Amino acid sequence: MAFNYDQYIRGGKLPHIWCPGCTYGIVFKSILRVIDSMKLNRDDIAMVSGIGCASRLPGYVDFNTLHTTHGRALAFATGLKMAKPDKHVMVVSGDGDATAIGGNHFIHACRRNIDITVMVFNNFIYGMTGGQYSPTTPSGHLATTMPYGNVDPSFNIPELAKGAGASFVARGTAYHAAGLDRLIIEAIQHKGLSVVEIINACPTTHGRRNKFKSPTDMLLWMKDTFLPVAAFDKLPAEKTAGKFPMGVLYRKEGMPEYCETYYGMAERVRKQKEGRA
Amino acid sequence: MGQIKLLQGNEACSEGALYAGCNFFAGYPITPSTEVAEYLARRLPLIGGAFLQMEDEIAAMAAVIGGALAGCKTLTATSGPGFSLKQENMGFAMLTEVPCVIVNVMRGGPSTGVPTGPGQSDIMQCKWGTHGDHPVICLTPAYVQEIFTETVRAFNLSEKYRTPVIIAFDEIVGHMRERIEIPDKGVLPVVDRTKPTCPPSEYLPYDDSKGDVPAMANFFEGYRYHVTGLNHGTDGFPVNASPRIHTDELRLMRKVEANKAEIIKYEEYLLADAEVAVFAYGVSGRSAKTAVEQARAEGIKAGLFRPLTIWPFPEQEVAALSARVRGIVVPELSLGQIIFEVDRCAKGRCKIEGIYRVDGDPITPAQILAKVKEVK
Repeated sequence: MAFNYDQYIRGGKLPHIWCPGCTYGIVFKSILRVIDSMKLNRDDIAMVSGIGCASRLPGYVDFNTLHTTHGRALAFATGLKMAKPDKHVMVVSGDGDATAIGGNHFIHACRRNIDITVMVFNNFIYGMTGGQYSPTTPSGHLATTMPYGNVDPSFNIPELAKGAGASFVARGTAYHAAGLDRLIIEAIQHKGLSVVEIINACPTTHGRRNKFKSPTDMLLWMKDTFLPVAAFDKLPAEKTAGKFPMGVLYRKEGMPEYCETYYGMAERVRKQKEGRA
Repeated sequence: MGQIKLLQGNEACSEGALYAGCNFFAGYPITPSTEVAEYLARRLPLIGGAFLQMEDEIAAMAAVIGGALAGCKTLTATSGPGFSLKQENMGFAMLTEVPCVIVNVMRGGPSTGVPTGPGQSDIMQCKWGTHGDHPVICLTPAYVQEIFTETVRAFNLSEKYRTPVIIAFDEIVGHMRERIEIPDKGVLPVVDRTKPTCPPSEYLPYDDSKGDVPAMANFFEGYRYHVTGLNHGTDGFPVNASPRIHTDELRLMRKVEANKAEIIKYEEYLLADAEVAVFAYGVSGRSAKTAVEQARAEGIKAGLFRPLTIWPFPEQEVAALSARVRGIVVPELSLGQIIFEVDRCAKGRCKIEGIYRVDGDPITPAQILAKVKEVK
């Protein structure tokens, strides 16, 4: 029987705002399948976002949802998680939201290793505002604010997350949707800050300006470009150009989780005080 | 009997927060407000509360809103540049109606300005700092004891009206040590937000049918709803359509406007027969009190109007005052900000004279007395 997505979608809130050919719908469905398969209680889930196309996702889903200011989702989410450490706090963000305006919050959430699942929808462009270059726009690509080709070097989001201290880092793509389910499950199960970069396509503001003839071309580009990390690692160095690994790229178990450490400290000092009294 | 303590204003603010039930602080170090954070960093872990030093001021404001949505009573404290940085998220809390308290220990500015000196030049920013139209409650205590009680009141107003409340005092009062009494639990009222009683399926987070302040469900308590900084309908979901946006923004303003009688608080000192009034708050209000006493000693009928609530502005009170005095002297540690409000309310009924100072020192009673004599 086909999976019933409607059970998690708020009545009357569709259609979504995403353009035809946008791959966010694929990821959206993956997230709902994951939450269902993990049998999470929806009252215990907060889904937090910032500003941008991806950040509209929480509005459609039947959880505690918080659509915040541009770039700040992780800071709001940190407040929620510290207030209620036993709840599931998830962040949906875009490449601009997470790594440009929200870059500081992103690296510090990684450093704290607070138990939040961050899903970064990377479509390589500012889509909602019409196609300006983002920190992940590839060199040379055209954007409305790089009309002669992008001269900005780009971020590698998983490397950024790992460098900043995230204890779980993965990359999936909208093309490899079945594998994406698995990655998001592992990210949610992981205790600590987990980052899943999800490669997406924006045909409207990125693809059509950059020689992708159709949304399908963009999905096929994902298919050709992203290899399972084991396969990628076997490639001879000269063949890795233009290819990227996907899957769980980094995982470190047993790293102290922020809320546990903080409330553990609080418990310890409280007992010490009581002992002295 | 309460507890007698010798505390700094910033510490009294922290004690007031704890008295009001604050169990969540997020901040970022900045002079001259840092002692609020330091005090709560020691105290909050002992009561199982959350203390977060965030990566920046913006994040601290965001975390405070997140904590409040999860049911905590939340506080952040900052000064000058940090207050500027918090403005966008303060507007988010105003529009989404999330209770929280923001302390601004005012220093000199603009920019880095005089971090260790007092200022009162953020007072218009307290009202207009974030973009768009929005309700603002801002309290201006002048004594360490008052910082304590006004911090309790700030939390209460915030919870009652589902809106952020700003407490703005200056570096001098923030760092001054005075004897204060912390009353026993139960002596001062402590207000908690009204929670919904309807079943979750019927809950509308911005229901305006039963009054201007909708009941607030905390996250994770079974009421799954949407919070967005976009203008929204009673169900919390974005709307683009007039007239809903207009009527809802009017409701937000009305939460404060229609309740001014409760929110506005002030001290009138020797005003009954006064011919010259001084309108002053914070440290300038302290100097003004001394100046008024000195004027009286010289036989000049001077009095003091000292607002403890600066926003909403005590318009009616200032208008009435202007009708019965010859002049109002307005000393402030700025180059003239709150004087425009006094002037607006006085509508030409009396002379309005400002005393401005931004050199890092307070306005002295002698300066005020001299101006009172001029106006007389």
